[in-house]
Amino acid sequence: MTEPDFEPPYLFPDYRATLLRAPRRELVHLPEEWFHRRSGPAFGRVPVKAEDSDLTRQHRGEPLGERIILTGRVLDSDGRPVRGTLVEVWQANAAGRYVDPVDTHPAPLDPNFTGAGRCLTDGEGIYRFVTVKPGAYPWRNHPNAWRPAHVHFSLFGPQLASRLVTQMYFPGDPLIPLDPILNSIADARGRDLLVAKFDPQTTEPEWALAYRWDIILRGRDATPSES
Amino acid sequence: MTVPTPSQTVGPFFGFAMPFEGDAHAVAPGSDGAIRIEGHVLDGAGEPVPDAVLEISEGDQFARCATDREGAFHFTVRKAPHFDVLVFARGLLRHLATRLYLPDADLDGDPFLQMVETERRRTLIASASEGGLRFDIHLQGDQETVFFQL
Repeated sequence: MTEPDFEPPYLFPDYRATLLRAPRRELVHLPEEWFHRRSGPAFGRVPVKAEDSDLTRQHRGEPLGERIILTGRVLDSDGRPVRGTLVEVWQANAAGRYVDPVDTHPAPLDPNFTGAGRCLTDGEGIYRFVTVKPGAYPWRNHPNAWRPAHVHFSLFGPQLASRLVTQMYFPGDPLIPLDPILNSIADARGRDLLVAKFDPQTTEPEWALAYRWDIILRGRDATPSES
Repeated sequence: MTVPTPSQTVGPFFGFAMPFEGDAHAVAPGSDGAIRIEGHVLDGAGEPVPDAVLEISEGDQFARCATDREGAFHFTVRKAPHFDVLVFARGLLRHLATRLYLPDADLDGDPFLQMVETERRRTLIASASEGGLRFDIHLQGDQETVFFQL
């Protein structure tokens, strides 16, 4: 493909965990038609319920934090909408704490917030979640290391090469320039692709702020579309 | 406009979000043609990777399994010559792709394997074990698994 590529390297010593986990042998290149263009995994067994897209309504009460709408389009490499694909998200609560038992950060859990959601993109490739803005949290990568606020995203798409797991960041976060994970992407244009935009048009008055983040997947939808 | 959105690590905290009921079973255990595949994910020091999540797929089959504290994973699949395997983990800024071959597949006639150096092909071939197949994934080191460029 001739498209610019802003993918991070596997080995990035500033992110210490890559040191023993990045493969050191050269990756084997296969012809795209053999591998990359194979149909993507049949994710249909992953259960998606209508209420899974509203992370503020999964418990008896409302979670603490700044309520936000998170929406955007999922497009293929030709800029066509990717319809009916699975989008999974997970995040820390407003205090910067994950429900996950592996998280030992001494910030409060919120009994009204789990922080995991799923949805399928609609006929225009649009996904939409309601959640609360996650907090920053410390990690032990280097002295006084803090992750900028982020939401984890997992997407499937039409082909094997479309599979994407990434993180979405919030505009204006002062921790962004200090984060080795985001800065593993050498080119600022690539890093910008992971920062959502504040979207006043989608903001719901007296209810929730909104952020827009479009996602481009590798590969192309093989099924001809009418539009 | 059509530059692909770059990847970022799955991180360590996916365990409350990515797993789903029955996720490791592409087909029901004990069903016709079902086989169990188990293995470990290991880092460059040979230590288990307890915060990885794997996906296996072939045709209409799909399964997902997060590794446990010992870096172990398992799948139940319906027998096929080979499966595509994706590996996500803390410390992997981008996921890895490999392929699992059944030991009784037509290994000599497979075009994928012809692209791989002879002495590294064995990293792609599961071995028979009690009750199924064994397939370990070495992210790094002398026995590093063959991974394909995405």
